Amino acid sequence: MIDVLVIGNGMVGYKFCEKLVNKAPEGFKITVFGEEPSPAYDRVHLSEYFAHKSVEPLLMAPRQWYEENAIELITSEMVVSINREAKSITTHKGRTFNYDKLVLATGSTPFVPPIEGSNKSGVFVYRTVEDLDAMETYSKNAKTSAVLGGGLLGLEAAKAAVDMGLEAHVIEFAPRLMPRQLDEAGSDMLQATLESMGLHIHLSKSTASIDGDEAMTSMTFTDGAALEAEMLIISCGIRPRDELANESGLEKGERGGIKIDELTLTSDCDIYAIGEVASYKGMTYGLVAPGYDMATVAVEHLTGADTKGFTGADMSTKLKLIGVDVASFGDALDEGKQYKSIVFEDKNAGIYKRVNISKDGKKLMGGILVGDASNYNMLFQMMLNDMTLPPHPEDLVMDTSRQGAAAGNTVDMLPEGAQICSCENVTKGALVQAIEGDGVEQFAALKTCTKAGTGCGACSPMVNDILTATLKKMGKKVRKVLCEHFAYTRQELFDLVKLNNIHSFDQLINDYGKGHGCETCKPAVASILASAWNGLILKQDTIQDTNDRFLANIQKGGTYSVIPRIAGGEITPEKLIVIGEVAKKYDLYAKITGGQRIDLLGARIDQLPEIWEELINAGFESGHAYGKALRTVKSCVGSSWCRYGLHDSVSFAIRIEERYKGLRAPHKIKSAVSGCRRECAEALSKDFGIIATEKGWNLYVGGNGGANPQHAVLLAGDIDEETCIAYIDRFLMFYIKTAEPLNRTATWMNKLEGGLDYLKQVVVEDSLGMGKQLEAEMQLLVEAYACEWKEVVNNPALRARFKHFVNSPEADPSLKFDKQRAQKVPVGW
Amino acid sequence: MTPKEHTSQTLTDTVNWHLAARVEDFPENGGACVYVEGKQIAVFNFSARNEWYACQNMCPHKQQMILSRGMIGSQAEEPKVACPFHKKTFSLSTGKSLNGDTCDIDTYPIRVEEGVVYIGLS
Repeated sequence: MIDVLVIGNGMVGYKFCEKLVNKAPEGFKITVFGEEPSPAYDRVHLSEYFAHKSVEPLLMAPRQWYEENAIELITSEMVVSINREAKSITTHKGRTFNYDKLVLATGSTPFVPPIEGSNKSGVFVYRTVEDLDAMETYSKNAKTSAVLGGGLLGLEAAKAAVDMGLEAHVIEFAPRLMPRQLDEAGSDMLQATLESMGLHIHLSKSTASIDGDEAMTSMTFTDGAALEAEMLIISCGIRPRDELANESGLEKGERGGIKIDELTLTSDCDIYAIGEVASYKGMTYGLVAPGYDMATVAVEHLTGADTKGFTGADMSTKLKLIGVDVASFGDALDEGKQYKSIVFEDKNAGIYKRVNISKDGKKLMGGILVGDASNYNMLFQMMLNDMTLPPHPEDLVMDTSRQGAAAGNTVDMLPEGAQICSCENVTKGALVQAIEGDGVEQFAALKTCTKAGTGCGACSPMVNDILTATLKKMGKKVRKVLCEHFAYTRQELFDLVKLNNIHSFDQLINDYGKGHGCETCKPAVASILASAWNGLILKQDTIQDTNDRFLANIQKGGTYSVIPRIAGGEITPEKLIVIGEVAKKYDLYAKITGGQRIDLLGARIDQLPEIWEELINAGFESGHAYGKALRTVKSCVGSSWCRYGLHDSVSFAIRIEERYKGLRAPHKIKSAVSGCRRECAEALSKDFGIIATEKGWNLYVGGNGGANPQHAVLLAGDIDEETCIAYIDRFLMFYIKTAEPLNRTATWMNKLEGGLDYLKQVVVEDSLGMGKQLEAEMQLLVEAYACEWKEVVNNPALRARFKHFVNSPEADPSLKFDKQRAQKVPVGW
Repeated sequence: MTPKEHTSQTLTDTVNWHLAARVEDFPENGGACVYVEGKQIAVFNFSARNEWYACQNMCPHKQQMILSRGMIGSQAEEPKVACPFHKKTFSLSTGKSLNGDTCDIDTYPIRVEEGVVYIGLS
């Protein structure tokens, strides 16, 4: 049995233990020392501690894990010395332990610059949960705070300060934020965005003193300026905890830290050092990933396995800082001026992107992304794999994702290893192999043989795109026909339906199809017919997907959910009471949705008409939450109440929702209206989003949350309400007429040849001369609207369809529910 | 509609015919569930083919009593039903799983006489 002592129970020390017990469950006796009372926790997400108010969710592993793996965990005990000759260590309690191998993972301590007054109360460092607890207690009597240091951690600390309800000032010595990761322009952009969120940023400021009697009340800078602050969080970088090296004579790095070689061994070959305390070639690493790499190497060496060794680390990072995407990779700053830079800047949207490319224009060397880091993974892969750049490298940073075949989101750009189906872990390479190698040409066959898209199904459109793109490359003619029953694309069928005045599935399949339809073409045709005529969909209930057939969303167990329309999210107390009463009467599980509505779940099929009858009598309408249709138009409170609001976003949202309610489309449509650019309604994540400006409204289109989030892009700026509605009419009708089945607007726009430019031409400049026609077609649908639940409630024949057995009034006897937090839930499957 | 009797191999002399419901209780080209002898059975009126089918109501994928609310259609000549939960499809004539990743389902003989639908249970 080899005795391994690990000094330090932080993230890296923990990772070492985890890797060692996985690699060699026998043969090592591990003892871990941690100074803090708690076992190792995730320090990277420390600011989330406020949300949980408990360290439990942040723990890397509970105490029990150490017990189960026969690891002795000694917390609240500090190791104070190493006796290398005796191969032992001594703790502050005077206890001595022997080792065969010693692992130093002592981490680092926040660097506190020698500023006069830094010992006053109110001055904190940001490192441990104890620091956070102390800060939070103190903050209860404070209003303003300052953070010393505008780096990664400093900005995280500023978020913590904001979360504590404090006014927060960030003070940075360098002339820019995140000086190691960002250039000046990137910093400017980040600064502007953070300031618009209420943070105060002070750059090129050197602190002279922290002032106040016993407790601090203000700070003075070397330029004579002063800032009132009752609290200060110091986040000026880290110092390795290398004091154990001093007495024991372990060699140190030039700038501190315990010197290690490629095998993570210190100058004593029985002692390893890993994580922030280790100095490799004079560098210490304050990120967790290099620490984990070192832990891997140490375990490999200790167990006699092959190891690649530690040869330095990439400092690339991508993170969300207070909601802003920031990424920096490779040689981001190009301080040696060896490369050429391509820069994209959109001050309106708060986006800055820069890539550095080699002088010959062939390779990507590094870059910076602020405000939108959605293509970080692609760029990072491109750099790591030394991929040759596309002929127009500016496409890498320009927002060209909507411009047809340009770089961006097209499936061609994805590397072979990209995981397409996360349920079944199917890569793009595996799909391409099935198509090219095994000759699969049908979507259904591709799903069967690769299993892609057979789990949750969210990747199906992407699988289909890969099929089309690959077949195209193989020189095969590809037409996205609906299925084996219709040799037409959706767009062609839409035109056939309109031109020939077709109103039923039976007529369409008789005239233009073959066979008897299937679960693919029936709902697609149902959607086309609804988008063309907006008739009552229940006239052909058996071609509707189950949600549309029963006008409710099917849930586990076979019950349904009920979501009445609450336009713009505005509701009277009277109506709220009705919803509550209905929920209580029918024992429904109630939940607020993401779209500012109320979902009542667990309704039996036979209860649906009764429930809706009560809701309709109280003035509610169907919310179409079950349909590929307009869902909600979210809104912020707008200028009626909000001190920042420019226009009345609630009224406009209600107007929009009332106009497009019941509109059926190839997929669901969501919208939102924000009363100012703070964007509380999250309009940029919607199929069409509207944001108030000083002069009118900005209309954005093609946004998407969900599996592949995408921001909406500006279609038209500073327009009035009427123009805005005209453009939305045109945009939606154009989408409805030309999109493939089950493509959201974002997917449709990504594939649209000519992209955003073309869309602007059609919608804004009316290049096809069909603007008026599109508006008229929309008007027809708007006028044909009727609440479909109202029609069911008032029609006995339709009502009769809502039951489980046709030969018995009984409900489904197999329905079973559990209780969770005082409400019912279906039993799991 | 002409009453039509299925002469599948499961139909033997020991089959007991049970009254399920009337023809008009089932939507055209769609299904509904009947409760017969303590069993939930999905019955489909495939009027486009002038055929009737009956199978277990439970989808074997997640054991949900739901197939009667499924959508029917054809795959080549094979009549099929798709489960509304995850679109697993099954042959209505043989009960075979057409996706190949779930168990097969039980089918039952069915016949329609004078506007009344009967299910055969053995």
